[in-house]
Amino acid sequence: MTAVAQAPAPAPSTDGKDRRNKARPRTVAEWVMLTLAVLGALAIVFPMLLLLLNAFKSPQDYANSGPLELPQALSFEGIRTFWETQNFPRALWNSIFISTMVSIIAVVVSVLNSFAIGIGRVRGRTWIVLVFLMANLVPQEMLFDPLFQLYDDMGLLSNPWSVILTFVVIQSAFGTYLLSSLLGTFPKEILEAASVDGATRWRTLRSVIVPIVRPTLSVLMVFFFIWTWNEFLLPLAFLNTSDSLTVPLLLEQLNGERQTDTTTLIAGTLISIIPTIIFFLIFQRTLTRGITAGAVK
Amino acid sequence: MTSTPQRVRPRRTDEPARIPQRDRGKLGYWLYLIPGTLLVGLVIFYPIVRNVRLSFFHWRGGRAPEYFAGLENWVALFSDQEFLQSFKNIILVIVAMVIVPTLLGLVIAALLFDVVGRRFGARLSSFLRATYYLPQILPIAVAGVMFSWILKPNSDGVLNQFLTVLTGSEVEINWLGGQYSTAMASVMVLMIWIQIGYPVVIFMAALQRVDPQLYEAAELDGANWFQRFRAITLPMIRPEVFVVALTTTIAALKVFAPVFILTNGGPSKSTYVPSFYAYQEFIRGTDKGYAATIASAITILVVVVAIIFIRVQNRAERKDA
Repeated sequence: MTAVAQAPAPAPSTDGKDRRNKARPRTVAEWVMLTLAVLGALAIVFPMLLLLLNAFKSPQDYANSGPLELPQALSFEGIRTFWETQNFPRALWNSIFISTMVSIIAVVVSVLNSFAIGIGRVRGRTWIVLVFLMANLVPQEMLFDPLFQLYDDMGLLSNPWSVILTFVVIQSAFGTYLLSSLLGTFPKEILEAASVDGATRWRTLRSVIVPIVRPTLSVLMVFFFIWTWNEFLLPLAFLNTSDSLTVPLLLEQLNGERQTDTTTLIAGTLISIIPTIIFFLIFQRTLTRGITAGAVK
Repeated sequence: MTSTPQRVRPRRTDEPARIPQRDRGKLGYWLYLIPGTLLVGLVIFYPIVRNVRLSFFHWRGGRAPEYFAGLENWVALFSDQEFLQSFKNIILVIVAMVIVPTLLGLVIAALLFDVVGRRFGARLSSFLRATYYLPQILPIAVAGVMFSWILKPNSDGVLNQFLTVLTGSEVEINWLGGQYSTAMASVMVLMIWIQIGYPVVIFMAALQRVDPQLYEAAELDGANWFQRFRAITLPMIRPEVFVVALTTTIAALKVFAPVFILTNGGPSKSTYVPSFYAYQEFIRGTDKGYAATIASAITILVVVVAIIFIRVQNRAERKDA
């Protein structure tokens, strides 16, 4: 590439240059580019701002005013209707229960798998990782009908465990892949020291390896939680009674009902976003750090 | 001592376990794979085997008998208008989920890192990054309902209200149910909106690897922003571009929820995507064998795309080395 060659080797002293870079006034072009970046971010949050602006309008107010106008009076009618006609707390609990169970169990399964693959170096482990990764590749419509019949036979339909079981497998596929390469480079000296001290494998895993990789495990848990929370197709197929719905399913169902008033729908959408926003604020750092963990080794 | 540097890596399958062995050798490690293997067998491989087998049968479902169909289902696939249409749409989905977000993501990441981060402060740039990322953690179903509110066909829809104010006359366009072009465009906008944050975050992390002196040197040399972007940014983060392209292409081939929520496949089945088609056939169709054929075809395609990508990447890495 000829373009790269044009960049000269940096001069030995960087100190003075750094100062010069900071001191240099910002150019017009830089302000323009900042404005573009901010406008782009505004475009991203714009739909959510619209929700906030319109969720507190009464139906009459909504019908008579533009979407960008402030509500004439703060009305909680939409929110009250949503709360009274839908069992949102139940859906919230279902989502929390399913996502929590999946993130815990999937991390345990990932650790067990990757212990055999990364530490135990069992024969054919490249293939084993690929077999597990299939769980991540397979489109969900391939799983949906056979699993529906299977869970029907087991009496698990509309039971949160049908979704938990399924997503433990799908999420632990990614966990196994990530942890196997991490444990493959686990410091050998620590393992040998544990062995000299007479620790069994199980003991080494539980008391030595897991505490050391705990930061990675908690990042994985956060991601498994969100991924499971956001799932749609398979929960839609498996959870059919009104008290087994998750938050996305509840909102989708409300959206599908013809008689739903628009302000109720707006209020419901806003309320459904709130748990995600809270989660985002708590785990923002973990999230932005974590997304890149699996990307490029 | 074990620290003698190994020149030649032994065949990987013969490498010893990393904990010194005293008892049963490596056999004990297999025990740890039992739960994972049982689960993946039941939840992933049992459905795959069952659907691939079913793709060679006609079956109404339930207690109806199965009739052997040979390759009939597979042949029918290639003259099935709905199936072919769903694959045409997949190309547009790839534009919306892979190409546009990757290109926009490159520009935004470079802007945030190179201009905002260095010239206006790291805090502002990480705040903007978080904002771009927000739709990524929103449930797609919730995002879809939000967009379907904005795009409502009557005067309840935000977009119609906007246009009414702008044009001064009553606008009531049926964006999602009226015609193919507006319906598909709406689905694509939703996908871009959801997808954009992913490449931004990945690319910005990649840029942290780049030596800042490189930028400063180029800047002193009079290289403008675009020249720096082309000569430094782009070559440095090529591996990440690759990973983003791979993961989002696979996600695009499997896409379901945006179509289900926004258009439900309409108007008149024109916005079908393969996943949605398979789902519809399983639920409402009269031949689960055919539905299984559609699902199997998508699965094969996804696996083939994944293999091609990994091959190409390995070759590129070897060339670089």
